[in-house]
Amino acid sequence: MANVKKLSIICFSGEFDKAVAALTMATGAAAVNWEVNLFFTFWGFNIIKKKGGHALIGTGFLARAFNLIMGGRKSLPLSRLNFGGFSPGLMTGMMRSQNVATLEELYQAAKDLGVNLYACEMSMNIFGMKRENLDPSVKEVIGVPAFLKYSEDGQTIFI
Amino acid sequence: MDVHTLDITEEHCPMTFVKAKLALAKISSGDVLEVTLKGGEPLENVPKSAAEEGHTILSIKNEGNFHIIKIEKK
Repeated sequence: MANVKKLSIICFSGEFDKAVAALTMATGAAAVNWEVNLFFTFWGFNIIKKKGGHALIGTGFLARAFNLIMGGRKSLPLSRLNFGGFSPGLMTGMMRSQNVATLEELYQAAKDLGVNLYACEMSMNIFGMKRENLDPSVKEVIGVPAFLKYSEDGQTIFI
Repeated sequence: MDVHTLDITEEHCPMTFVKAKLALAKISSGDVLEVTLKGGEPLENVPKSAAEEGHTILSIKNEGNFHIIKIEKK
């Protein structure tokens, strides 16, 4: 592998804990001067929605229903012990009390550090979303070839 | 030349590195950032990544349970 300090993360999962893991890796790497690309696809797409909560967005009945049920970054479930959506709030409280960065703080830090946020074009179509439904900080809506180009000669992980 | 301070002794990974990098980004060229941190990874990596970016490490002082690193922004 070439000696390029670049980390690319395919953010496939839409769970709170996995989003925290991806954003922790991303911000940590960016803070020590790595170039970082985050590619949000499928369930991970919820992380970059402009609306953090449950909202009726998208085109088409099923897409709108899916988006309403899934919600955005502020309504991600825990992958274990979610207890009907009660646990992410508890977990955030535990993180705050231990002075560990919360999901929102990590997301904001990623943007402040210039981490490149990319949205998956395929996921955007599945969920009937438009560019205006995404966080304006998303740099580009891309497909696989562009992601391969941006991640070339770096390390890529899938979360 | 202004001197700015940053205390990351209560922070955990990755916010130790994140806060140091963002604090350096906010100050002006020639200003000094005094970072108070614990030993271990922050002590190893904060000066290293600052130096990689071209900033100058003026001093690293051991103050018992923590350390103070003075960094001059390029």
